[in-house]
Amino acid sequence: MAKYLLKRVLLALVTIWAVATITFVLMNMVPGGPFLSEKAISPAATAALEAKYGLDKPFSERYITYLKDACHGDFGLSLKQRGRTVTSIITTKFPVSARVGGVAVLVSLLLGVPLGVVAAYKRGTAVDSTLSVLATLGIAVPSFVICTVLMYFFGVKLGWLPTLGLTTPKHYIMPVFALAAYPTSYITRLMRSSMLDVLGQDYMRTARAKGLSQKVSLFKHALRNAILPVITYLGPMIAYTLVGSFIVEKIFTIPGLGGEFIKAINGRDYTMIMGTTIFLAVFMVIMLLIVDIIYTIVDPRIKLK
Amino acid sequence: MKKRLLVLLVAVAMIAVPLAACGGGGGDSSSAEKQLVVQVGPNPETLDPALNSAVDGANTILHLFEGLLVVDENSQLAPGQAESWETSDDGLTWTFHLRDGLKWSDGSDLTANDFVYSWKRIADPELAAPYLDTVLNPIKGYNPDGTNPDDLAITAPDDKTVVVELNAPCTYFGSLAAFATMMPVQQATIEANGDAWATSPDTYVSNGPFYMTEWEQGSHITVSKNPNYWNADAIKLDSIKFMLIEDPNAAYSAYQNGEVDFIKDVPTEEIPSLEGNDEFHVDPIIGTYYLNLNCNLDQFKDAKVRKALSLAIDRNYVANTIMQGTYTPAGNFIGPGWVDPAGGEFMDKANGGKPYIDNDNFEANLAEAKKLMEEAGYPNGEGFPEIVYSTNDSGYHKAVAEYLQQAWGELGLSVKVDIVEWASFTPMRRNGEYETARNGWVGDYDDPSNMIELLYSTNGNNDGKYNNPEFDAQIDISRSTLDLNERSAALHKAEDILMEDAGCIPVAYYNDFYLQSSKISGMWHSPYGYWYFMYADITE
Repeated sequence: MAKYLLKRVLLALVTIWAVATITFVLMNMVPGGPFLSEKAISPAATAALEAKYGLDKPFSERYITYLKDACHGDFGLSLKQRGRTVTSIITTKFPVSARVGGVAVLVSLLLGVPLGVVAAYKRGTAVDSTLSVLATLGIAVPSFVICTVLMYFFGVKLGWLPTLGLTTPKHYIMPVFALAAYPTSYITRLMRSSMLDVLGQDYMRTARAKGLSQKVSLFKHALRNAILPVITYLGPMIAYTLVGSFIVEKIFTIPGLGGEFIKAINGRDYTMIMGTTIFLAVFMVIMLLIVDIIYTIVDPRIKLK
Repeated sequence: MKKRLLVLLVAVAMIAVPLAACGGGGGDSSSAEKQLVVQVGPNPETLDPALNSAVDGANTILHLFEGLLVVDENSQLAPGQAESWETSDDGLTWTFHLRDGLKWSDGSDLTANDFVYSWKRIADPELAAPYLDTVLNPIKGYNPDGTNPDDLAITAPDDKTVVVELNAPCTYFGSLAAFATMMPVQQATIEANGDAWATSPDTYVSNGPFYMTEWEQGSHITVSKNPNYWNADAIKLDSIKFMLIEDPNAAYSAYQNGEVDFIKDVPTEEIPSLEGNDEFHVDPIIGTYYLNLNCNLDQFKDAKVRKALSLAIDRNYVANTIMQGTYTPAGNFIGPGWVDPAGGEFMDKANGGKPYIDNDNFEANLAEAKKLMEEAGYPNGEGFPEIVYSTNDSGYHKAVAEYLQQAWGELGLSVKVDIVEWASFTPMRRNGEYETARNGWVGDYDDPSNMIELLYSTNGNNDGKYNNPEFDAQIDISRSTLDLNERSAALHKAEDILMEDAGCIPVAYYNDFYLQSSKISGMWHSPYGYWYFMYADITE
């Protein structure tokens, strides 16, 4: 196990380095720069800014400096948000996204898994087809449509829910719904098909034949085997949901990290682009590692070597 | 089994840590406090006056700071931190006399030396202030290739007097003294906290009617009444909450819900439904939406072609129908609101008081355009290469592009629209790597030079690469003359040449359109695109 973990960590470092390098190269190939505005800034001011942030140095030198600093945990200053470090922006904004995202992840698990089990168990009935229609809708309808519809009816027409920010539990309802719609639907479908698979296995028949109750056989024996694909999906899903969604955050004015990804790219805020990308990469790698560990717990047949 | 449990716990903990770290969240404070809630833009990139270059940032700064002068409800300059000011007879020396007992929001004294420090700080190369040229250019000692702050002729003979010496008479220097970039900043907090001083309420010391009490990134900025402000008795609000909403639809929903009392970003698709609504306002600002034709390209070198393209545009249709009346059709380059150096409105004296382009007579304009194309050797557009029109996709830009396809199509020309992402669009236009493109400018101060110099051959914003020595000669006169009438005449002559040449194609004048709750009184909007909430009151 320890050996396996060590191997994975080393591999993760290589992955993160690759992500950082590719992002660095691509970012520098895109036209434009961080210090452009509709009104031309004088060449003297632009030169001073470039010197201040080291953008006047050759590409290779900037790359090496960046990697060196990043290894020491220094991701530099944001080029657009003067006086703020990339680290401080991520650490103030990530918790906001993670709060909404965390609730959305819990909701999608708590709803998606049982719904999938029910759909599989009631296969072919009206319950199954209703759930299937709902799940397809949840996957097909883009989040900005869900957000706008929710906002229009519950925020504006009925006035039941606040439309701005994240100050009270009520504020969470709409954004969480919008964020959870897709993963809930996806988990429901995943769970249903994998449950159907498991229900047809010999050991399920054996369990029933042994006289186990429907409930025990379904939720103890079948669920444990059927949930593996959901766990696989969970890793990247949690990573993406927790770092925030640009669209949902923009529509509900949530000061989270999701918007920073897009704003950094649009504004060519190089240090922020690198910071957010590396942050997501690290987070993703950790989640995948956790998923692998959870596998061994849920399914003892799998051994980490 | 035990070991497995441990692993499971570790795994769960790894997921739970980021979640657990983010409990809490404050509640809204809605006591008897008189708070105005407004939306003027998204999260500002900076609120350091010297570093800001955004309109919404400046609007917030104007509530937190006060310059030597201010712009009053009639858009006139009025005393601010300076009680009075005078100009020497040759127009080269400006002297400002500060009020008694001025203080910073932290209670410490504010003196003339704070202005000297703040203005010289703008020239600091380490700071790299984007508006450096605009605000310091008139001051003696300024050097476009890099200014040594100590060379600037800004002095404080005593604690209450600021003296500035200029290179040439600058009639609009008073406007600069009220400009957001020129606000005084406190040396002590800047030296203690560096660039980060302007990011936290704890270190953000200001001198205006309000001071910052809260800045939650991307959510809101709360500013509270500053008891140390000289005119604090006239301030009726306890606080103003700037909601940092980015999406116009979100702003509109919040306004309809009553969560916000004022919004600047009204979604354009709602405008037809807002007509006749007392809370919907359309106010002019000094600025023009115009098109650039790349004069470096052979097909646009002939002024006849440029003029034909200009005359083929039905500006009434563009402004009133496509832009839903949120813009005003332009007949000149310098629109309403700009001040003539010789007094009065600049536009009233341009072209003998008539607009250069008669927008009410579009049929005649179109006929003239067709004739011009024929004279230029392209009857019915024959032989003219396809035109590529580049624009970014926001506001009405795309709709205008589609209209141009049709309008220039009337001349027998074919137009291809090229939508370019914003961050790539600006450098592309600046480097002249385009054929035709949209452009626009909103004035920093109300002197016409701020706008007309965009077409000066060596100006950094001369994206059309227009180059006419006669035009440049008039600008040179306007820059050097000491006689205001002569200066006015030169600027008018420059606009005459520009319009005759169609050096660029003005299309429409900008307006601000916004929603303001009827319970707000005592606020005003200036033609620079700012709202002044400091003396506002709320009546329930």
